[in-house]
Amino acid sequence: MAAQTLFEKIWNSHVVHESPGEPALLYIDLHLIHEVTSPQAFEGLAIAGRKIRRLDRTFATLDHNIPTTDRSLPITDLDSKAQIDMMRQNCRDFGVRLFDLGEIGQGIVHVIGPELGLSQPGMTIVCGDSHTATHGAVGALAFGIGTSEVEHVLATQCLWQARPKTMEIRVDGKLGLGVTAKDIILGIIGRITTDGGTGHVIEYRGTAIEALSMDERMTVCNMTIEGGARAGMIAADHKTVDYLRGRRYLPSGAEFDRLAAQWLTYRTDEGAKFDRSIAFDAAAFAPQVTWGTNPGMVTEVTSKVPDPSSFADATSRRAAELALEYMALAPGTPITDVKIDRVFIGSCTNGRVSDLQAAAEIVKGRRVASTVHAMVVPGSQLVKNEAEKLGLDRVFREAGFEWREAGCSMCLGMNPDILQPGERCASTSNRNFEGRQGKGGRTHLVSPIMAAAAAVAGHFVDVREWAGK
Amino acid sequence: MIKPLKNFTGLVAPLDRLNVDTDQIIPKQFLKAVVRSGLAKGLFYDWRNQPDSQFVLNQPRFEKATILVARANFGCGSSREHAVWALADFGFKAVIAPSFADIFKNNCLKNGILTIILKPEETEAVFEAIKSHQDYRIAVDLPAQTVTDEFGWSAHFDIDPFPKRCLLEGLDDIALTLMQDEKIKVHESAHPVPYKL
Repeated sequence: MAAQTLFEKIWNSHVVHESPGEPALLYIDLHLIHEVTSPQAFEGLAIAGRKIRRLDRTFATLDHNIPTTDRSLPITDLDSKAQIDMMRQNCRDFGVRLFDLGEIGQGIVHVIGPELGLSQPGMTIVCGDSHTATHGAVGALAFGIGTSEVEHVLATQCLWQARPKTMEIRVDGKLGLGVTAKDIILGIIGRITTDGGTGHVIEYRGTAIEALSMDERMTVCNMTIEGGARAGMIAADHKTVDYLRGRRYLPSGAEFDRLAAQWLTYRTDEGAKFDRSIAFDAAAFAPQVTWGTNPGMVTEVTSKVPDPSSFADATSRRAAELALEYMALAPGTPITDVKIDRVFIGSCTNGRVSDLQAAAEIVKGRRVASTVHAMVVPGSQLVKNEAEKLGLDRVFREAGFEWREAGCSMCLGMNPDILQPGERCASTSNRNFEGRQGKGGRTHLVSPIMAAAAAVAGHFVDVREWAGK
Repeated sequence: MIKPLKNFTGLVAPLDRLNVDTDQIIPKQFLKAVVRSGLAKGLFYDWRNQPDSQFVLNQPRFEKATILVARANFGCGSSREHAVWALADFGFKAVIAPSFADIFKNNCLKNGILTIILKPEETEAVFEAIKSHQDYRIAVDLPAQTVTDEFGWSAHFDIDPFPKRCLLEGLDDIALTLMQDEKIKVHESAHPVPYKL
C-alpha cells in the first residue's frame, strides 16, 4: 500500500462513487446545522417532498443570530426572531436534534461539535459555515458548504466534491512565551496570503503543532479558510483521544478504546507526498495584530502600519491604501500606538475555556481602561458553565468586562453586539473585513491575551513585555 | 433546480478591487432572509450606500450589467450563498476574474452563475475595454468555453466537465445523487454511526 497522507486516508475511505472527469461523491459522517444557512435548505426539501436521510448524523444549534444578553427576554430584532423560530419549526417538522438556548450543547456550532464528541478523527464533517475547518483539529476532514449543498447533504448524506490538492504546513520548534496558536495562524496567513491555500486542504504538522492543546489546535484549524483553503487538519494523537474520552455522544469502556485505536490510524504515513510544503520556525512567531481589512493584512505587534507604496504591484498597493483609509491608520504608525474602543473576547476561534483562562490571568486584579468597552462571550453553554465554576466570570466582571451568554456575537454582529461606525475593536475572532463587526467598524484580530492586555492598556501592547501598568 | 444556461451576451460592469469578500457582496443583516429571492437590495450594500457613492453599480451605464469583471480571489471569506443569490437577483449571469474562492465558486455553479476564470492580463484587457467603450458587452459561449467581444478580442476559459454539464442541462444534483442510492446504502451498512445516541 503506497504511503498516504491523512487527507488521502479520509478521502479514500469516504468515496461512495466516482467516475473519471467527475467530482467524487463523498459520504458525510456528520452534518452540523445553524439557523442562518439552513432555512432555504429545509424549504427546498419540503418543496421536493424529501426527508432528511440520516437524522442520526444531523445536529443543529442556534448561534449566529441569538442575543448574548438575558435570554428570558423576547428577541427584539424581528428578522432574527423569525429565523430562530423557523429553525425551531424546521427541526420539529423534520425531526432534527436541536441544541436550543439554555441547553448544554447549545453554542457556536464549531465549539459544540468537538465538545459533545460529535466531531471525531477520520470523519468527514460539513456545515453551512466556512469555519467548519475548525473540526479538522480532531483529525477530521471538515469544511464549509453553501445552503444548496446543505440541502443536498440533508437529502442524501453525501456531497459531490472535486478532489482538492494537499498542502503541508510544518511548524517546528518552540513557541516563545506570550506567543499563541492565534499568532501562529495569523503569521501563516500573513505569509501565504488570503488565497495561498485556495484549492488545497492543509495539514498542520511539526513539533510545535503537536505541542498544542486541543483548544489551540482548533484555533489554528479554524482560520485555515482565511488562507483560502477550505479544510485544515491536525492528525489525532493521544491528546485527541484524552480530549474526546467521556464526551456525551461517545461510548465508553472497550467500545471507546476500539474507536480510539481506529482513530490513531488516521495519520500521514512516512514518505507520503503533499502537492506543496511550507515550513515555519515556531520561535520566529511574535504576537500578531491585523492592520487592514483581511486577515492577511497582518504584522507583528512590535512593528508598524505598513506603507502602501511598499507593496509590489498596483492592485495590492491600491488595496492597502483603501484598507488604511477604512481603518483610519497612517502608514508608519507603531502598532502599540493604536488606541482601541472595544474589546471582544470570544468566537469559534478563541471562545473556549483555555482562551478565557489565559485572558483572565492577564486582567486579574486589573481594570479595563476607562476609554474601552470590553466583553467576553463564551463559545458555548458548556464553556460558560465551566468558566463560571473556575470563577472566570468574576475575574472578568471585577475587571470591568461584560460577561455574556454563548453565541457568535460580535464576530459578525448579526445580533445586537455590533461596533458603531468608526469604533476600533481588538477582537479574538477571525475576520477583519470592512463592516464585519458593524458598518464602519474597525476590527483588529489578535490573540485572547493580546485582547485582554489591550483592554487594560487602552491600546495595543506587546503582551510579552507588558508589566500591566 | 436551475434552468439550463444558454449562451448569452451581456453588458459588463467593472469591480476593480482585490480580494472582494462575501461580507462586501452581501452584509450580515441580509443573512436573516429565509428565502433565496429579493436580495438584490443587499448587493454590495455598504459600498453602494456610502454618501456620494461612485460605486460602479450606482452608475446608470452599468445598471443593466449581467456580467461582472473583478480581480483575484473574488468571493473570499464566508460561505454565505446569499452572496450568489444577491448577484443573481440583481441580474448577473457571470463573473469574470483571475481567480475565485473555492466555496463561492461552488455556490455560483449551483445557482447557474458562470465563474469565468481568465488570465490576469486577459482580465486587465476587459477592464481596459470598459474604459474605452460605452456599453461594452461580452458574448459568453459555454459549450465552446470562450468569451468574445465585438472588437475582435476573445479568450478561452477552463471549467470542469461535470459542472459544465450540470449548467448546460440544468441538472438537479440531488436527483443525480439519488441515482447512486444503492452505493450509498452499501457504504452505510459498512460504517455504523459512532455515537451513543
